[in-house]
Amino acid sequence: MLLVEDKQIVVPGEILAEGDYHSGRGTFKEVDKICSSLVGLVAVRDKKISVIPLQSKYIPKRGDVVIGKISDIRFSMWNLDINSPYSGILPAAEVFGKDKRELSRAFDVGDVLFLRVVDVDEVKKVKLGLKGRGLGKFRGGILIYITPTKVPRLIGKKGSMINMIKDQTRCEVVVGQNGIVWVKGKPEMERVVQKVVKTIEEEAHTSGLTDRIRDMLLELLGKNDNKDEKTTKEEDDFKEELIQ
Amino acid sequence: MIIILTSKSIGENKGSLITSGTKKRPDGRAFDEMRPLKIEAGVLERADGSAYLEIGDNKVLAAVYGPRELHVRRLLKPNMAILRCRYNMAPFSVGDRKRPGPDRRSVEISKLTAEALNPSVFLEKFPRSTIDIFIEVLQAEGGTRCAGISAASVALADAGIPMRDMVAACAAGKSDGKVIMDLSEVEDKEGEADVPIAMMPRTGDITLLQMDGHLTSSEFEQALDLAIKGCKTISEEQKKAIKNRYGD
Repeated sequence: MLLVEDKQIVVPGEILAEGDYHSGRGTFKEVDKICSSLVGLVAVRDKKISVIPLQSKYIPKRGDVVIGKISDIRFSMWNLDINSPYSGILPAAEVFGKDKRELSRAFDVGDVLFLRVVDVDEVKKVKLGLKGRGLGKFRGGILIYITPTKVPRLIGKKGSMINMIKDQTRCEVVVGQNGIVWVKGKPEMERVVQKVVKTIEEEAHTSGLTDRIRDMLLELLGKNDNKDEKTTKEEDDFKEELIQ
Repeated sequence: MIIILTSKSIGENKGSLITSGTKKRPDGRAFDEMRPLKIEAGVLERADGSAYLEIGDNKVLAAVYGPRELHVRRLLKPNMAILRCRYNMAPFSVGDRKRPGPDRRSVEISKLTAEALNPSVFLEKFPRSTIDIFIEVLQAEGGTRCAGISAASVALADAGIPMRDMVAACAAGKSDGKVIMDLSEVEDKEGEADVPIAMMPRTGDITLLQMDGHLTSSEFEQALDLAIKGCKTISEEQKKAIKNRYGD
């Protein structure tokens, strides 16, 4: 017997179903009851019930592409903060091959890299690598932190959401699966992207989001143009006053 | 004869008002009535999860950070996360300024809060990490440990940490010869006994049970029943607080 509806918000400990159902992600089974273990939205597929979390931490998985910030340099590796309970390591061999070179010449503390998770072992040591297309160091730009569960929403179906943002703002946008977003473009455009990404994060659980974000983008961009014109005009007026 | 006894008891207990009908407590509450309760989730920008709780004149703020990396190697557990808690009272939270910093009472409450919440969290999902809880009492009026536990549990849920159930905490006790729910500061100080409990309402598991003062076994049963009833009320408010955050 199902006790909740699809896409309903549930809280930890809430009973979702009794009897003949399977327990999916974000749920647990107690005797014959399926209970939610998270704050999230219910997803029912056939007889399998799962809860999609509204808030979470990134748990590294092999093959994920993530954005990390160098936090420390050791003898033969870099330590990276990957917005997760487990910090990542990038072995020097991944970057230099067999050559021996000074690590801080390649990457320094505070540098932001785009990496792939090569391996996660049983003691939760997260090995990262730079081999792959587009992986490497970012120059400039800003970082935005969002909840990792909302990354698919930010990307949209076949990248619809992210491509729309890229096209409208003419910014480079890279999303890591650990919930870090790197944006580079004109400073005012970076700010627009930041605002939009934060809105997507807040409203990820609502429907019709892509259309609303499109409206928001157009409004923000339209307003920006007007504002720029206004300020230049005001400045001109001000200059004229000075001359007089 | 009865009238004489009543007036005598009024003389002894300055806090109690002249009795009228069923409302017999200093603040006019019935024996099984709780103080007004308000919970809000997600109040802090920088914390992973947070909650603000008011019960009567108690004002409590709880913040949760984590699961995050644990650098203290001797505390690390290879198969599960650890739960650390700090309960702190602001110097301005009580009538006479409290000396800042941990004291014997706050160290005890910190430990017991962590232990009350421990059974509710799926710690085994985050091995080798830590979940940190900070409870800040902004204003105190009796029953802050229960307020702290209830707030911390909402903050944990808000942080997206998997849990078996949300822990709710409520006290019951005896004051002025009557067993009552949710003691206020006056009732706690001048009363005969205080029984704070924390529980997981769905399963009925009690995760904290303390008693200070004297109760007969039947009074204890009554007090426990009242406290459990209180926990269930608080639990409903906790659920509402979380759902309100996402506009449901």
